[in-house]
Amino acid sequence: MAIKLKELAGIEERLTSGHRLCAGCAESIIIRQIVNAIEEPIVIATATGCTEIATSVYPWSSWRVPWIHSAFENAATTAAGAEAMYRSLVRQGKIEDKNIKFLAIGGDGATYDIGLQWISGVFERGHKVIYICLNNEAYMNTGIQRSSATPLGAHTTTSPAGEVIPGKTQWRKPLTKIMAAHDIPYVAQASPHRWRDLMEKAQKAVEADGPAFLNVISPCPRGWRHDSSLSIEVAKMAVETCYWPLYEVRNGSEWTLNYKPKEKLPVTEWLKMQGRFRHLFTPQFEYVIEELQAKVDEEWDKLLALCGEK
Amino acid sequence: MPNLEATWKEASWGGVVYEAGNSVEYITGGWRSFRPIRDMEQCTHCMICWVYCPDSAVLVKDGKVVGFDYDHCKGCGICAQECPVNVKEPHEYTGQMGKVIQMVPETEFEGW
Amino acid sequence: MAKSTVMALDGAKAVANAMRQINPDVVAAYPITPQTEIVQNFSQFVADGLVDTEFIPVESEHAAMSACIGASAAGGRVMTATASAGLALMWEVVYVAASMRLPIVMSVVNRALSAPLNIHCDHSDSMGARDAGWIQIYAETAQEAYDNTLQAIRIAEHPDLRVPVMSMQDGFITGHGVERVEILDDEEVKKFIGTYQPQHSLLDVDHPATYGAWDFYDFYFEHKRQQTDALSKAMPIIVQVGEEYGKLTGRRYGIFDPYEMDDAEVAIVVLSSTAGTARTVIKALRQKGIKIGLIKPRVFRPFPAQELTEALKNVKVVAVLDRSIAFGAMGGAGPLFLELCAALYAYGDGRGPQVVDYIFGLGGRDVLPAYIERAAQDILHIAETGERGDLVRYLGLRE
Repeated sequence: MAIKLKELAGIEERLTSGHRLCAGCAESIIIRQIVNAIEEPIVIATATGCTEIATSVYPWSSWRVPWIHSAFENAATTAAGAEAMYRSLVRQGKIEDKNIKFLAIGGDGATYDIGLQWISGVFERGHKVIYICLNNEAYMNTGIQRSSATPLGAHTTTSPAGEVIPGKTQWRKPLTKIMAAHDIPYVAQASPHRWRDLMEKAQKAVEADGPAFLNVISPCPRGWRHDSSLSIEVAKMAVETCYWPLYEVRNGSEWTLNYKPKEKLPVTEWLKMQGRFRHLFTPQFEYVIEELQAKVDEEWDKLLALCGEK
Repeated sequence: MPNLEATWKEASWGGVVYEAGNSVEYITGGWRSFRPIRDMEQCTHCMICWVYCPDSAVLVKDGKVVGFDYDHCKGCGICAQECPVNVKEPHEYTGQMGKVIQMVPETEFEGW
Repeated sequence: MAKSTVMALDGAKAVANAMRQINPDVVAAYPITPQTEIVQNFSQFVADGLVDTEFIPVESEHAAMSACIGASAAGGRVMTATASAGLALMWEVVYVAASMRLPIVMSVVNRALSAPLNIHCDHSDSMGARDAGWIQIYAETAQEAYDNTLQAIRIAEHPDLRVPVMSMQDGFITGHGVERVEILDDEEVKKFIGTYQPQHSLLDVDHPATYGAWDFYDFYFEHKRQQTDALSKAMPIIVQVGEEYGKLTGRRYGIFDPYEMDDAEVAIVVLSSTAGTARTVIKALRQKGIKIGLIKPRVFRPFPAQELTEALKNVKVVAVLDRSIAFGAMGGAGPLFLELCAALYAYGDGRGPQVVDYIFGLGGRDVLPAYIERAAQDILHIAETGERGDLVRYLGLRE
């Protein structure tokens, strides 16, 4: 379905206002783009995290679609349980087939770290669940602790920049590739600044009619230390520096690059927008920037090859 | 408006919220320290502010932006930052050149 | 009496058959000794088209319960089965299931917890989950395991409860022990369990609701009070379901099974399969004119505190047999003893029995009739002399 903002903007929002995410949080921007782009009825399971606590403070709820939270690590499996029940009841003729789509949402902690096994199991069993990672690159809900999505050099409260250690000393887990390696119908990386791309990816995930995974970069003004007005700009720069390439993988093997910057900007352009990297701009730690740039370049080159772009 | 004083006999079992989307009655506008103001005449209704608003606070009717929901806008400033349209005449509220949506300190408004 | 068939089944197969007859909409389970036979037999029923169930062969027990939560919230009948480390792994979401008031039925084939690794029977797994908000029912035989599984559906789904039920049997002892089991006709089971009427469903997209919202300090307490209220209302419903089942099958079920208690001066209290051994010992002692009785609690959660206090009020000494240890608790006693002591103190008239605890059978250690006879002799001695001696003792331990 072609996306026309003027038409979309008239619909009833599936995620309502009155949620308690921080000002400028990209998570609700991403969710709005995804759920508003999907026409079908949806059921959502959400992992413990910022979005979960901000949208379901009893007796309030910001969800106009059926929604469930169970625990931190198991959103994919909770959604899969509901999906299995749906298939069972429809097959038995106990309920009408309404073409319901099942979404699971988790942060990077829930996705890269604590919930990885659950997601992997859901994908292996072929549950028709679209898993969305709102990737703000740290445990933000508990107050900015490092996860395996946190990049090299980033300051978090458990990978603090100190006198001798320059923030996180490891790179990051290549999660999108790990998910693609499950050979599921659809996997993509996206960014909210390219809203049409993200919305279309949500639709493609629905159309893929099988397990799907969207990894969406989600700037966090509090954790990344940037002004709340800059969340979209920071996401954009992550893509322009090729730190966060936009691509999709079908069936584990068909790789497509969705956006190639006209001019690949140095990663410093992205780093300098965020206070979490401030310590890297010192003589002592500037070598980390070089390492970071080398990792970005290496991954970008590999991706170009996979996508047949070189 | 949900019953915030519900006793244990009145509260829903297992904490199910049956009034889907009732948080629209929860006011987050009080968090705001800057207020987005749009020049209504010069707005092209491109909907970029709508698609980027984290708080569903851009009000749209019949394909036109009709205003902001100040009960929920937290004043993050993304709409003003991302507004792609520059005014040709000075902004109708601020009198400044720049974007169609501009951020104004809340202290300038009545009731502060 | 309803039509039934006598079969030679072990406890695990008996439960798998009950699950076949219940025909749950979703089963999510993971294999673990000694529960494996349940999940593999049930898988065969799925493969043979004997059930309509959507079976989810999950990658862990935590995932099993997580899938059950999603499935149950989606408004259908849901079951699972586990044991030991599996129950321990799912601990977090065992609480979630109860707190979300999801009427899931879980069969537990009791097995020891690690370390050291041990695959044999004791009750440390389900006793570890005793405060999770589930109803807990313990079976002595394969027949009881079968019967309890069917009744658990009715209890869990009762509109006044909506509380999940754990149905226990002893690993290997009944789990793998072949017995004579009467299996009801499928149609009779269907009639007995009825159709599940969910209060609401995650799949009701026309009436969207939010499940698992989080509570600040302004509501958490109220929701916990609701849960404890639900469990406090469970006993009469368990009794009513048991009576109804009795009319159907001739096998009546209550809160506990008394044996030779009418004039008993001393008594043994023990759960599950060991009650059978104890009954044999008591029968022999009764033939010698010794006034000893047995109480086999069936329901452990909610704990039948008043009922047991009443049943034991004329007894001088009670030997509780515990198949697990509540480490660090009073005297290093087991959970059954601790609960019973509390009950006798809270509801007794101060003239209640003396109570001693016997830890037995850990990690599948055999329980010989001689051990139980030793306990019987001990309490007879206490009754005679009034000297209680050690609060907690051990049966079958090399000392």
